[in-house]
Amino acid sequence: MYKYIINRILLMIPTLLGAAVLVFFVLRLAPGDVCEMRMAGTGLFADPEAIAICQENLGLNDSKIVQFGRFIGGYFTFDLGISMWTSRPITEEIGLRFKLSMQLALMATILSIIIAIPLGTISAVKQNTWIDYVVRSFSIAGIAMPSFWLGILIILGLLIYTQAWFGTPWMPPITYVSPFEDPLGNLAQLIWPALATGYRYAAVSVRMTRSALLEVLREDYVRTARAKGLLEKVIINRHALKNALLPVVTVIGMEFAFLMGGLVVTEQVFNLNGLGKLFVEAVLNHDYNMTQQLVMLVALIFILTNFFVDLLYAWLDPRIRYA
Amino acid sequence: MAVITSDDSNLEESQFSKQLKAFGGFCRNQPLGAAGALIVIVMILAAIFADFITVYDPEQISFEAMLVAPGLEHPLGTDNYGRDILTRVIYGARTALVVGFVAAFIGSFAGLVLGVASAYFGGTFDLVFQRIMDVFLAFPLIILALAVVAVMGTGTENVIVAITIPFIPQCARVVRSNALAIREIPYVDAARACGFSDTRIILRHMVPNVMAPFLIMLTAFVGQAILLEASLSYLGLGVQEPTAAWGLMLQGGAEEYAESAPWVAVFPGLAITLAVFAFNLFGDALRDVLDPRLRSR
Repeated sequence: MYKYIINRILLMIPTLLGAAVLVFFVLRLAPGDVCEMRMAGTGLFADPEAIAICQENLGLNDSKIVQFGRFIGGYFTFDLGISMWTSRPITEEIGLRFKLSMQLALMATILSIIIAIPLGTISAVKQNTWIDYVVRSFSIAGIAMPSFWLGILIILGLLIYTQAWFGTPWMPPITYVSPFEDPLGNLAQLIWPALATGYRYAAVSVRMTRSALLEVLREDYVRTARAKGLLEKVIINRHALKNALLPVVTVIGMEFAFLMGGLVVTEQVFNLNGLGKLFVEAVLNHDYNMTQQLVMLVALIFILTNFFVDLLYAWLDPRIRYA
Repeated sequence: MAVITSDDSNLEESQFSKQLKAFGGFCRNQPLGAAGALIVIVMILAAIFADFITVYDPEQISFEAMLVAPGLEHPLGTDNYGRDILTRVIYGARTALVVGFVAAFIGSFAGLVLGVASAYFGGTFDLVFQRIMDVFLAFPLIILALAVVAVMGTGTENVIVAITIPFIPQCARVVRSNALAIREIPYVDAARACGFSDTRIILRHMVPNVMAPFLIMLTAFVGQAILLEASLSYLGLGVQEPTAAWGLMLQGGAEEYAESAPWVAVFPGLAITLAVFAFNLFGDALRDVLDPRLRSR
């Protein structure tokens, strides 16, 4: 087991290094740079000398190898550098948004678990009944519906209904407040995007729970449990569900990893200042430093989640042992 | 001579009736899949014959008809530029299907060849190739697509490239795992013993045998590509105005006029949902028919 863990950790290094090489060189293929963006953004005549000074200050005139060395070297000195656009430390910029994205990802994941496991179980137990059909339609619709459109519909519904009920339209607040300072204010802002994204992931997990449970319910040990005269509730909860959870855990794990970096469009709809929005801004502004660090963060979260999901497998199913 | 012609026509007829029976069987066994296929066919026809279906120009701005509610003249209403929404939804199907099919086909075909080659050659080639795939698979699709758009710029062609690139490693990974099993089957050894070239063995002998996962991935990718295109266009990084595209229609004033003209936000989203829904239904049915082991009862 330890050998397996060490091997997996060692294998992360080439993947992360590959991601670093990829993002570093791909970004520099794009025409223009952050200095041109900054000067052109003022709408005034962009002085070539000012652009050259800016490029010199940001180290953009150094050779690619030197720039890459600086990027990788930063990890050994725990210095992620500064944002080329705002000139503020990257750790500070990411730290500001990380809390919001983390909370949103957690809320959407919890929401999807709360919806998916009971619905998937009911759908499998009541296979081919009207309940099953309703749950399946719910899940197929969730997979097909873009989260950002659901977000727009939620905002639309909030505006229309609050106008009708209270006389004035209400929109979720835009400024993030910590859940420890103002839990209600925090919930009022984040519950809607969590619902919009959670629904899609719940839909994926419902399908997975249903098909995994159907598979397990056909196993011999379930038949044996029934032959012993155990209550159906006990068979499902104690014998079938735990074994059916393996693929569900994978899906939920991957969802969580995706939610940490991939909520680009939903954040735009709800005007949330999270990692996704920061990523879009960094890409549009040619802020190489920021884009590189964000890509590395997302890749790290993805790889670590995969790793923990694999470890969780062994815990959930004692038959799985990693040599 | 007459006898031969009659035999030929009989043969053709029997082949046609066989195909008809197979199609009937598919519809009977997979009613949801058949419904999905029907929606897809209607969408394709609407996209091809868009010019004949609607009388309005999808790009023609009309300030006299801004934000007109759905009615007889404009069944789905008009947007903030006075453009007929039904017309733009129909023309948007053209954009979505072109992006969806081209990106899905190129992405899955490249993944198919690379995945089979990786399994066939094995050894160092496979190891290095898999590590490269790992790098690409370490990001959410949208992040990778955004990075490509950042380099290449916006526009329909660039969006297709941005969506195609993340599909290649996904397909290659799935196809490789299937091709690994096929590599061990004696006919591959036999082909090698006959002195056939690696290219011939890969393309003629191995690729046709991994068609099932390939086709499943292909249909799944079309739906995903439509969603990705809509997301990129919504962010303003995909298809650009005045081209009709569903994601772009949601961006262009959909939120601004959400309260006064909700139809602007509702119909393009419905079109995306219906298209992805249809491709998913068809893809699921195809998976059940082609690969019963993967069946999600």
